[in-house]
Amino acid sequence: MPRLEEHCWSRSCASRVESKHFSGGNWVASRAEEMMSIVTTVLSNAYGSLHSVRTANLIRRGLVLFTVGVVLALVLNLLQLQRNVTLFPEEVMATLFSSAWWIPPCCGTAAAVVGLLYPCIDSHLGEPHKFKREWASVMRCIAVFVGINHASAKLHFANNAQLSLTLAALSLGLWWTFDRSRSGFGLGIGTAFLATVITQLLVYNGIYQYTYPDFLYVRSWLPCIFFSGGVTVGNIGRQLAMGGVEKLHSD
Amino acid sequence: MTVRERLREKISAAFYRHGLLCASYPVPIILFTSASILACCYPLLRLPLPGTGPVEFTTRVRDYTVPSHEPQGDLGERPDWYRGPPVAYIQQVLVKAAVSPWDSTLVPVDVFRSPLGRVFSLLEEIRNHVHNDGSGVRSLEALCLQVTDLLPGLRRMQTVLPEHGCLLVSPGNYWQNQRELFDSDPDLLKTVHQHEPKGLHTTATLRDLLFGVPVKHTGVSLYSRKRVVTYTITMVLGSYDARFLSSLRARLRQLHPSVNCSLREDQMVHVHFKEEIGMAELIPLVTTYIILFAYIYFSTRKIDMVKSKWGLALAAVVTVLSSLLMSVGLCTLFGLTPTLNGGEIFPYLVVVIGLENVLVLTKSVVSTPVDLEVKLRIAQGLSNESWSIMKNMATELCIILIGYFTLVPAIQEFCLFAVVGLVSDFFLQMFFFTTVLSIDIRRMELADLNRRLPAEAGMPLPKPGPLRPREAPPPPRPSPHTITLQTPAFRNLRLPKRLRVVYFLARTRLAQRFIMVGTVIWIGILAYTDPAGLRTYLAAQVSEQSPLGEGGAGGLPPHLGVAPGFPGPGGDPASTLSVLPAPAEPTPLPENQSQGHHGAPRDVPLQTQAPPLVPQISWGAEDEEGWRKLSFRHWPSLFSYYNITLAKRYISILPVIPVTLHLSPREAIETRHPQDTRHPPPPSLKTNDLPADLTLYKVAALGLAAGVLLVLLLFCLYRVLCSRNYGQNGVAHGRRRRGDLPCDDYGYSPPISEISPLLLRGHSMDIECLASDGMLLASCCLAGQIRVWDAQTGDCLTIIPKHGLRRSSSSGCWEQRDGWDAMGVAEPENLGGGTEPGGGVFDEDEGYPLRRRTTPRPALFENQPDLTPLIDTNFDSQPPSHLLLTPPRDGFDFGGLVERAYLEHEPPSPGLTASYPSSSPLSGPPPQRRRSLGYIQPPVPQGQGTPDWESAVWAMELRGNLIAAGRSSGKLELWDAVEGSLRCSNEDGVSGITALAFLNNRIVAARLDGSLDFFTVDINKPLGLLQYRGPPGRSNMPPSPCYSSEDVISCQLTRSVQCAHQKPITVLRAAAGRVVTGSQDHTVRVYRLEDSCCLFTLQGHSGGITAIYIDQTMVLASGGQDGAICLWDVLTGSRVSHVYGHRGDVTSLVCTTSCVISSGLDDLICIWDRSTGIKLYSIQQEVGCGASLGVISESLLVTGGQGCVSFWDLNFGDLLQTVYLGQSSDGQGVRQLVVLNNAAIVCDFGSELSLVYVPSVLEKLD
Repeated sequence: MPRLEEHCWSRSCASRVESKHFSGGNWVASRAEEMMSIVTTVLSNAYGSLHSVRTANLIRRGLVLFTVGVVLALVLNLLQLQRNVTLFPEEVMATLFSSAWWIPPCCGTAAAVVGLLYPCIDSHLGEPHKFKREWASVMRCIAVFVGINHASAKLHFANNAQLSLTLAALSLGLWWTFDRSRSGFGLGIGTAFLATVITQLLVYNGIYQYTYPDFLYVRSWLPCIFFSGGVTVGNIGRQLAMGGVEKLHSD
Repeated sequence: MTVRERLREKISAAFYRHGLLCASYPVPIILFTSASILACCYPLLRLPLPGTGPVEFTTRVRDYTVPSHEPQGDLGERPDWYRGPPVAYIQQVLVKAAVSPWDSTLVPVDVFRSPLGRVFSLLEEIRNHVHNDGSGVRSLEALCLQVTDLLPGLRRMQTVLPEHGCLLVSPGNYWQNQRELFDSDPDLLKTVHQHEPKGLHTTATLRDLLFGVPVKHTGVSLYSRKRVVTYTITMVLGSYDARFLSSLRARLRQLHPSVNCSLREDQMVHVHFKEEIGMAELIPLVTTYIILFAYIYFSTRKIDMVKSKWGLALAAVVTVLSSLLMSVGLCTLFGLTPTLNGGEIFPYLVVVIGLENVLVLTKSVVSTPVDLEVKLRIAQGLSNESWSIMKNMATELCIILIGYFTLVPAIQEFCLFAVVGLVSDFFLQMFFFTTVLSIDIRRMELADLNRRLPAEAGMPLPKPGPLRPREAPPPPRPSPHTITLQTPAFRNLRLPKRLRVVYFLARTRLAQRFIMVGTVIWIGILAYTDPAGLRTYLAAQVSEQSPLGEGGAGGLPPHLGVAPGFPGPGGDPASTLSVLPAPAEPTPLPENQSQGHHGAPRDVPLQTQAPPLVPQISWGAEDEEGWRKLSFRHWPSLFSYYNITLAKRYISILPVIPVTLHLSPREAIETRHPQDTRHPPPPSLKTNDLPADLTLYKVAALGLAAGVLLVLLLFCLYRVLCSRNYGQNGVAHGRRRRGDLPCDDYGYSPPISEISPLLLRGHSMDIECLASDGMLLASCCLAGQIRVWDAQTGDCLTIIPKHGLRRSSSSGCWEQRDGWDAMGVAEPENLGGGTEPGGGVFDEDEGYPLRRRTTPRPALFENQPDLTPLIDTNFDSQPPSHLLLTPPRDGFDFGGLVERAYLEHEPPSPGLTASYPSSSPLSGPPPQRRRSLGYIQPPVPQGQGTPDWESAVWAMELRGNLIAAGRSSGKLELWDAVEGSLRCSNEDGVSGITALAFLNNRIVAARLDGSLDFFTVDINKPLGLLQYRGPPGRSNMPPSPCYSSEDVISCQLTRSVQCAHQKPITVLRAAAGRVVTGSQDHTVRVYRLEDSCCLFTLQGHSGGITAIYIDQTMVLASGGQDGAICLWDVLTGSRVSHVYGHRGDVTSLVCTTSCVISSGLDDLICIWDRSTGIKLYSIQQEVGCGASLGVISESLLVTGGQGCVSFWDLNFGDLLQTVYLGQSSDGQGVRQLVVLNNAAIVCDFGSELSLVYVPSVLEKLD
């Protein structure tokens, strides 16, 4: 039952995130509405299931994943800033947090959704993920993910095709090294596809833009980053789902 | 055998031998490793600190134009910082001055006083130089960078550094550029030194700034060997004027020609300085480092069971770090300049290389049997993991090699570092970490030995240690049932004498070989330093690369004076000796000398007959860019004094202008200060030119190669000498199978001590309930048959019900078992034999189909009962079957429900049950045979009640000789254990009895509906006889019964607590006058036994209670489905501690006086400290292990597994022994385990009972 609940919850969140992205034009209004609905959903969820440990656990996991997503978004954004591959128009770049304050929460939400979806799908498929299930491996995975971002931000590539191919190879390597599950691959692909589409829509609507768009107004390496991000967050989510209680009490 | 397997075996064997080597010679190996680390890291001294290293770009001077601000279309190879004008142009005038010929009358100060004095005239010349061409007049004043004030904090440098004018620095600044001050300065060195900062300094010092060359190259010292003073005059120009500079260059060259100088003048170097690290860059950097530390933390946290956890963690980190340093060092050695930001890629490199191998090694070594010798443990651990390590390494190398083909320079460089790092990491793991691990394990062994030595050295066990049973093994007895463990101390003593002789021989011969190899190396070094040999070759190699050498080889005129250290023309190697004072001067040299002395005055007197007396000024390739030898912060700090930052900007360094000054001794004496002569002349020194830097590295590389060769040689020697002793069996050492006995390679293995279990056969189906009071053993199987056994001998005493009174109403096939039954009974002595008796056929899987066949009963009964109300869809509240020890995977026993439904539905024909037995076609063995086995024919049931054969027995307890059986129909029956007769029954309740407790004369029954019934057993006899009987003698005779058969026993309900719990009661325990119940409703209740009054309701679990432990000392522990374990104070009802230990249900709980042991569905056994609630350690069992636990003594734990029971040492968590119950270990798991008083354990094994004696512990208990 709690698993079903979790499923529903994450599904609803996912759809909400999508719908929010789609209404890119007047995003101010939709943003408020979306935040309100998220808050109410979370609150009602919390209220309605305070008794259930698993739901509390779920919420905690979601919060942790959200934080991870926010932190990763900020850090990676800073990385990108260093190369002037700005994700936001120059004129609003005066203050980082005021102009793009909604990016980190979005990333956090997406991270929570993806991170909760991974163990959920695992359990639904009946294939518990047993490969390298330990925090050290997760840390390694995060480090490699940041490294991939670092590479995309700082390295000088001859052309964009080379950049994209390299990043794709790196992302696949990340998946093979740390995940190696079909569901992980599928979900990663799905995440990459969805996120790219959403970004594309945002760019079309002029909400943000790139300094050097190379392929239909976006950077072609974005799917690779999203894919590896999905795999990474899924890794964290699985680890949290597996050893959340144990970790809290073992330290 | 496939190639793969052969390879695998070879690798394993190699690792085994390597492990032996490492563990045998730890100190030399560590020394060797440290030396190689240091050697590999030496090239790093040249590198700038990571993160802020400047970047260079070289252009030609000839067609230099100031780069434009706008980025051009094709940048080519120009870096993107090369835009716009530089901050400044640096023009250095490199002055080399010497007093020549050197005169023995000169004092040491003369080496630098007059050369330094010439700086003032040079400065004058430079300042006054004016270039005049058609476009106008240019002077230095117009071109130079005008500086203003120094920074306020630098007041003390005001006298030295220029202010408000040209930035022109030279050593003359020490004396305010005034010759008078210089001449009147009595102690030049003191003046120079007084501006030096005290203590350590890392950035550029004032002396570096003013002299423009590193301190040791200036030659301004009393003990200078070369007697050549080098310094620069540094002009900082704000704008570039090629014509002015070339005219200045020409002028200086004309004034002070340096003829032998062939420095390149056509290249200018632009140096770009990185920005200071700002927030934006720092945050990702810090994040990566945080991730790195988290990774290291989570990795090293897993190191366990070693002597010094921190030490090993440190060693692991050191391994990775130094392998990285080695990698960078090696790459630098081979000419690759790191361009990546070291601080940024460092975390990634660490993560890529990883700590996994180290951890895997540790774990593997630690998990080898403790009683082996250390080196064997290391070797085994290594060889166990060898394949996976090699496989992982090959995979990583492949991945990185793929990365190498991305053709992105940065990634290629990263991959190169990573590859070299991986290889060196492997090297370090194998040599450094393994050795450290062996030392650590030896330390642990020693610590253990020190603790246990007194016990062993003393008398044969005056008193066994209370803590560790296996430390002090009992004296060897003829009995095979002993747990015998060899301690390492005994092992070492067992070494045969011949082996020791071999060792001795090996050692001495090793020493001989050492000396031999040392001699060889020494000879090699001699040959290397031999002038006619290698050195010439190397020097020739070097000269080919250097521009000077090119000139020399290309027929340089001999009079131009080739510097020593480089080969002369004609390839005469002996001519270039500088180490030896030239035994045979080549022919060109005298000519050279004559030219130098008597020829044109502008010629430099380079080489004379007495080399020590003539300072030689030579211009080499290293002078071209002398600023490279300076600290990389040299220019930023110079500019920062004037508040000019070089961050993210660049400066252009123009080619130096060489100036050679030769001063006559007379001039030197004239400029002498009166006090200078006070310094004593230094002892005459031989000129001893150091070989060029590059050759030094080659020396290092050769040394390293020699070291590797040495180690290989030693390794071969070691193999030759010692392989026969113990290295041989390494191939066969795979991972030890569980249950294998430890056996070392000396050919000695401890006596095989198998605890052979005694199998009690007779039940036809799986055993559900097990009860014992120490003497007797009662078991009940799924078929409802209760058997009573003698716990000492394993004889079956009673069978309830008797044959013929079977629950035969179901179907005919039930009776078939009678025949098998009898067979099983007939062969009770055939224990451990190869043939399974027929009773063993009925395992769990076949039992269920039988039961399922009970449903098609409409053929027998007309009126079918409606079973729908019995279908319980609420699986959450499903009560575990019967006993706490039954794991939930057994499923729910629907049989009882169904049976009860039938019972209620049956027409009340009492003869029905009696009519069926006769219809059995196979009615069992002949009665006389049964009689011979001691069976008692059933007496006519006495009047207390009729036995209920229809419902299943859900709970059973045994006290005295009374068996209390709770049935699914809610009926409580008391049976005589010896006679097999029903003594009384009580049918007050309807709900099934899920748990029973029988204490003193009270019986507590917990029912499915959550109610709790208290019964009192009344007899005519005094109560004293009801108590526990005395210590049992090992006799085959059943002990005298407590309840004689004449007594009338009545069992009456004294109190019934309805709704004791909201949900079914799952656990019921009674001890110390308390009854504790645990239920699905998350609560635990404590009742007083006497008055059945509820004392406490303990709340704290967030799941149903699955396990409860209470003993005489009023300790109460409870475990729930939430994986939590609570300890309670029974007197106050307060919770003492609350810990989470398991993922999933806690299935079993046992306490000793010091700790609490719990097992869970996650196959984990956790051991907790009882007073503090801290987890001491946990044991991961195999998947699907039974969850049954038992404590035999204070430190001996027994757990049930798949077809086996395992004994553990509680103090250390070591597996002592595994006893396999049957021939096929893939059988059923042990679900219930009862520890008897005589240190035997009884466990169920499918349809059999297994009685395992632990005799060595038995003694300890007495």
